[in-house]
Amino acid sequence: MNATPSLPGLVEGEELIFSPPRSLTPVPTHYCPGCHHGVAHRLVAELLDEMGLQEKTALISSIGCSVFSYNYFEVDALEAPHGRAPAVATGLKRARPDCFVFTYQGDGDLASIGLAEIMHAANRGDKISIVFVNNTVYGMTGGQMAPTTLLGQKTTTTPMGRISEDCGYPMRMAEIISGLDGTVYSARGALNDAKNIRQAKKMIRRAFEAQSTNSGLGFVELLAGCPTNWHMDALSSNKRIGTELIPVFPLGVFKDNGFAESGKGGGK
Amino acid sequence: MSRPVFAEERCKGCMLCASVCPQKILAISSRYNPQGYLVAEVSGDKPCTACASCALICPDCAISIVRSRKEGK
Repeated sequence: MNATPSLPGLVEGEELIFSPPRSLTPVPTHYCPGCHHGVAHRLVAELLDEMGLQEKTALISSIGCSVFSYNYFEVDALEAPHGRAPAVATGLKRARPDCFVFTYQGDGDLASIGLAEIMHAANRGDKISIVFVNNTVYGMTGGQMAPTTLLGQKTTTTPMGRISEDCGYPMRMAEIISGLDGTVYSARGALNDAKNIRQAKKMIRRAFEAQSTNSGLGFVELLAGCPTNWHMDALSSNKRIGTELIPVFPLGVFKDNGFAESGKGGGK
Repeated sequence: MSRPVFAEERCKGCMLCASVCPQKILAISSRYNPQGYLVAEVSGDKPCTACASCALICPDCAISIVRSRKEGK
């Protein structure tokens, strides 16, 4: 089915061992240098390829920096209003149960504007998959505080740093979603180094398998960097994920109902 | 010869690739791409081991990895 990937200039005795996945459109993205949306896009696209889902996938894209994700995935897509991606996904999945439906949302979209939608979708146990990219800030709108912003973190709406007396505490979505009975898989990974990226890919695979085995809602949270709104370069933002984000948002699998593994091309 | 191949029109010069290269052979070039970013390139004489760490961490999917098969394989 898959054509062997090739590259101009490849000579006898050489092989291409890493190339962009077919489910990713070969165009430059609008994301800032060092933004982890690109890594999350690639992991999702690689899994759509490996699990043979591209032809029947519907992406529900969200509002935020990821608003243009329908330009970057070679799959059918629907654009949902702010935070409503899980509700749109629910409707689509119930109307077309043969489709593979996943939403791709940021933390402003999912944890703030769309908190009701994700909570009820998870509580109903709709058979959809959620990819949640948490960079602790509203990116597209100019770096305002999000529910996931760390205590002390400076944003344009918390110029002195977030304080709990006024703004509460960072919200741990993977743990919250894991507490609902309709969820069959909930995990948190990070995209800051090679080891965590490999682990995150396994988590996204399980979140997709939750749907492909018709088990329930699969949720994966990915800690990502936003160099622009964190006011640092790409390297420092990757370091910040390790030193500041992971202690507050621990990595791991919070719920796995032990549903079967599936998908073509297997290989963990 | 094993080597990373850059899709320069996608590269944004964030240089995360250089930070994970065990051979330290990636560096910023003096070329701009159509988006206006200085792009990464291979510089240095150590051989690429085709570990693909750079391609794994690249946020823009700008790197493909070519590995040369060993003799007799």
